Amino acid sequence: MMPDLGKYADTVISAYIVSLLLLAAIVALSVWRGRRVRAEMERIEARVSKHG
Amino acid sequence: MPMSRTDKANTFWSYANPKKFLATTERMLPVLWVLAFACLAIGLVWGFFFTPDDYRQGSTVKIIYLHVPSALMAINTWLMMLVTSLIWLIRRHHVSALAARAAAPVGIAFTLIALVTGAIWGQPMWGTWWAWDPRLTSFLILFLFYLGYVALWEAIDDPDTAADLTSVLCLVGSVFALLSRYAVNFWNQGLHQGASLSLDKETNVADVFYQPLLVAIAGFVLLFVALVFYRTGTEIRARRIKALLARERAQEGMGR
Repeated sequence: MMPDLGKYADTVISAYIVSLLLLAAIVALSVWRGRRVRAEMERIEARVSKHG
Repeated sequence: MPMSRTDKANTFWSYANPKKFLATTERMLPVLWVLAFACLAIGLVWGFFFTPDDYRQGSTVKIIYLHVPSALMAINTWLMMLVTSLIWLIRRHHVSALAARAAAPVGIAFTLIALVTGAIWGQPMWGTWWAWDPRLTSFLILFLFYLGYVALWEAIDDPDTAADLTSVLCLVGSVFALLSRYAVNFWNQGLHQGASLSLDKETNVADVFYQPLLVAIAGFVLLFVALVFYRTGTEIRARRIKALLARERAQEGMGR
């Protein structure tokens, strides 16, 4: 299944690994912060509405 | 009755309302995420596993499916930030300034991918990881502008002042965003080749590489749109948290 990358195998595979890691990192960081901020907003909204 | 031009313009500007922006983007996001990951997976798997080697560059040509889309989006992310910054400066729509802020880290990721894959590709092809070539240098400066832009947002407490100053920085940085696209055309001493894809060229890269490349580009564009919608939503909520806390403090002050 793996294509024969010849003498450039390390070059090609390292480019793919670094890029996919960076893409995964920006998605993971965005989702992590997004969930944290949404939870905090809901907590504060509930507190504010309780205290009028 | 068909919509008039004014009605259409009013519909567009209505997305400056944070509630409407959130409601619309939250409906679109599930589809955008699925399409983005599907296009990325198809484009990259097609390019990596099912395309031949280039007769000159060997298997390193497979790096094109990461390098070209990320470089394209690194520049276009900055141009999107330029448009949203101008909208902020002219019309004072907060969502627009927050969208620019939300896009910058995505642009950093794309620029980093373009720089790293370029260095990895350059080593066997040019015999060096880096050269002070016009396109490479303007890309490095664009990357530094991205870092400066994010740092400036973080450094200023007042959100409107931060939006103003980062918008001006964005205008200045646009010179390098455009240079990194066009420097290769008028600065001849560089190592970097001309554009691999261009709408005004008769011939682009060969079809066998071109088709999966278009799918990968679609994946990068869709991922960018999904990330910017999602992250702008986060920025809107973070702004609301600040407003709620300020209101709470003001009420406590009045109660004393």
